[in-house]
Amino acid sequence: MHTILAKKQLSPNVTRLDLLAPRIAEIKKPGQFVIVRAKEGDERIPLTIADADPTQGTIALVIQAVGKATRELVALEVCDAIRDVAGPLGHPTELISSGRALCVGGGVGTAVVHPIAKALHAMGVHVTSVIGGRSREWVIFEEELAKCGDVIVCTDDGSYGRKGFVTDAAKEVLETGGVDIAYAVGPVPMMRAVANLTRPYNVHTIVSLNPVMVDGTGMCGGCRVDIGGETKFACVDGPEFDGHKVDFDLLADRLSTYREFEQRANACADGQCKIRR
Amino acid sequence: MQPTISAKERMQITRQAMPEQDAHERSGNFKEVNLGFSEQLALLEAQRCIQCKEAKCIKGCPVMVNIPRFIKCITDGDLAGAARSLFGDNALPSISGRVCPQEEQCEGSCIRGVKGQPVAIGYLERFVADWARTQGGVLDTTAPVPSGKKVAVIGAGPAGLTAAGELVKQGHDVTIYEALHKPGGVLVYGIPEFRLPKKIVAAEVDRLTKAGVKIECNVVIGRTYTIPELRAQFDALFIANGAGLPVFMNVPGENFKGVYAANEYLTRVNLMEAYDLPNTNTPVLIGKRVAVVGGGNVAMDAVRTAKRLGAEQAMIVYRRTKEEMPARVEEVHHAEHEGVDFQLLVAPLEVLGDDKRWVTGLKCNRMELGEPDASGRRKPQVIPGSEFVLECDVVVVAIGTKANPLLTATCPDLKLNKWGNIETDANGMTSIPGVFAGGDIVRGAATVILAMGDGKNAAKAINGYLEQA
Ligand SMILES: Cc1cc2nc3c(=O)[nH]c(=O)nc-3n(C[C@H](O)[C@H](O)[C@H](O)COP(=O)(O)OP(=O)(O)OC[C@H]3O[C@@H](n4cnc5c(N)ncnc54)[C@H](O)[C@@H]3O)c2cc1C
Ligand SMILES: Cc1cc2nc3c(=O)[nH]c(=O)nc-3n(C[C@H](O)[C@H](O)[C@H](O)COP(=O)(O)OP(=O)(O)OC[C@H]3O[C@@H](n4cnc5c(N)ncnc54)[C@H](O)[C@@H]3O)c2cc1C
Ligand code: SF4
Ligand code: FES
Repeated sequence: MHTILAKKQLSPNVTRLDLLAPRIAEIKKPGQFVIVRAKEGDERIPLTIADADPTQGTIALVIQAVGKATRELVALEVCDAIRDVAGPLGHPTELISSGRALCVGGGVGTAVVHPIAKALHAMGVHVTSVIGGRSREWVIFEEELAKCGDVIVCTDDGSYGRKGFVTDAAKEVLETGGVDIAYAVGPVPMMRAVANLTRPYNVHTIVSLNPVMVDGTGMCGGCRVDIGGETKFACVDGPEFDGHKVDFDLLADRLSTYREFEQRANACADGQCKIRR
Repeated sequence: MQPTISAKERMQITRQAMPEQDAHERSGNFKEVNLGFSEQLALLEAQRCIQCKEAKCIKGCPVMVNIPRFIKCITDGDLAGAARSLFGDNALPSISGRVCPQEEQCEGSCIRGVKGQPVAIGYLERFVADWARTQGGVLDTTAPVPSGKKVAVIGAGPAGLTAAGELVKQGHDVTIYEALHKPGGVLVYGIPEFRLPKKIVAAEVDRLTKAGVKIECNVVIGRTYTIPELRAQFDALFIANGAGLPVFMNVPGENFKGVYAANEYLTRVNLMEAYDLPNTNTPVLIGKRVAVVGGGNVAMDAVRTAKRLGAEQAMIVYRRTKEEMPARVEEVHHAEHEGVDFQLLVAPLEVLGDDKRWVTGLKCNRMELGEPDASGRRKPQVIPGSEFVLECDVVVVAIGTKANPLLTATCPDLKLNKWGNIETDANGMTSIPGVFAGGDIVRGAATVILAMGDGKNAAKAINGYLEQA
């Protein structure tokens, strides 16, 4: 059992939970994730380790409530416990030790970019983060990222920072030159756009893929993605890959496999479910 | 005591059939197909055994269960004695009694099978084990003297569970580390409820924890801890992490929506309980026409699962004929009775899909059997110009699994063979002193009983190693 020690709402649908997981807190590296089941009978869902405090023995999960499992997780309160937390899973992020890095975060992906930016900054890399949200209240992790370097905030409606998409700001950063590596984490269309953007600049770009997972140990093959024509299991070979080689269309298509089930589960959670066998 | 019967009378008893759920009814539910022998049926069947002095069945059994001895106890009406005899030889008989390929092992060697039907050893094994479980208190549970030694077991499948049971009996402090949230390995994520009810595996796990075995779930060795880290904390290790990496066909279209590896399909339905949809949380696609590629136990489990989930047509696509199928004969028969369609001498070339990448069919070749290959089975060959399309909306690939490199990759000192399986000596010890291994990670995808045998042998070897240390 993993007791929740702190809870904080970061944006209208993103919540941070700090929970006890001492071993994972001790050894986790940027880019790694855990597989979580809040209680018996729940789906196993992957969540990135957004931060960790080894002295307290806690890890931070930053969760966007999109469906049944994530909604149930963010409904938990301090002192509640999460039943299963397995990890740390996946390969740690490929980091550079000097030079300049561009970190692009969209939505909840910003929380995933944060441990990467933090590690890069600790090694002495110059980090420029470009983060975005629909409007001011949707922007998360700005303060934390500001501790790791420059931050450019973009909002779709211009209510905060610049008006426009993260790709516009990212392009300007690339134009200034000297970017050695780019990291992009967010919705699939955003990661695809960033990968397309960096390609002409020849900047190595790492994206964090989020296919549907079950076990997270390489056993089921459900998380397969196409990287340069080769099938890889995102949970053990990734979740981070060379963005210039990823088949984003396939990823987006596979992510829609269970849409019908998800909509029904969501409707049930909202009390609108009439068809129960 | 039962009245003794003459040898002639014995020979006249015919093999008792296993009572089973009606084929039509069961193809719509996930309850166990085989209902088990009554005491009366068991006694009749047990009387068929002629108590051979040089019992061939024992030699046919990979763990050398003393079969005539426990059968004799049944005929004597001493079920407790039968249970003690059986459990002394085999730690998990309620499981092996249900899933062993008896026709190739004990029953395949039984002398009564030479002229007629062999003794139904598997059914009797299951009967005694189930009786002991429901009875309770039959088996010796006296706590052993603590040895002061700590042993870690990696993986809670049949190999790991068996080893842990044997090690705890010797007074060792045993901890099992399991990657998933539930112990059991293939027994809980792969083999379906209708063949091996989960409550049976749970009861066996419960027996172990009561005996003092600690089980830590959600610990992935190679990630949460490495083998060298564990080696520093424990006096010995037993690695039994199975061969869980799915093999795909490597044909175009295999990543379309609706193509599953059998591991994923079965895990969603069994471990994650999608068989109870929509009352559970993990979804699985319910196909109208489901094509399962393969001919082993895994393929039979997947196709029978598809049928139960509601597929109008559940098909096996296999490139040889029924004779070459590696599945247990009983499973093939059950599948036939349940209305599974067998597409034999058929080999997939490509998965077809629509513009949204939903599966629409399998492009296949028809095959014929040629000369025997290295495995002794006749090699399937493509019939030129025989291409055709098998319409389907779900494809399940069940053509095998291999060693998962997750654990071994973080322990370079561990010697592997060219397929990535761990190499061991005759005692089950790996290239690292004090680190033993067994089950599928050593053998490649094999059987439950061989995994259990490895667990038992390794436990013995670990005892020897710890005494010397
Ligand atoms: C490596 C990795 C790291 C992730 N990190 C984070 C994170 O830090 N914060 C966060 O909010 N989200 C993260 N996700 C996504 C998160 O796992 C999904 O949002 C969650 O599983 C949705 O479950 P649900 O029941 O709430 O929603 P559902 O209604 O079931 O699904 C909503 C969408 O989530 C995706 N999804 C559904 N089930 C799964 C599953 N078992 N595995 C993966 N995706 C699924 C599908 O695209 C689906 O369309 C990560 C995903 C991966 C693969
Ligand atoms: C669907 C299916 C049907 C089958 N039917 C039959 C049958 O009818 N008869 C028969 O004899 N055999 C059958 N088999 C084969 C049989 O199940 C296996 O040979 C047997 O389970 C192997 O046992 P094991 O203990 O070596 O490994 P497994 O049962 O695979 O158990 C390994 C355990 O280790 C865990 N693990 C893996 N990696 C790690 C890690 N890094 N850290 C911690 N834990 C880890 C796994 O989660 C798992 O619980 C079937 C197999 C399948 C898949
Ligand atoms: S070979 Fe058959 S008849 Fe002989 S002891 Fe074994 S089970 Fe009995
Ligand atoms: S989640 Fe099962 S193999 Fe990756």
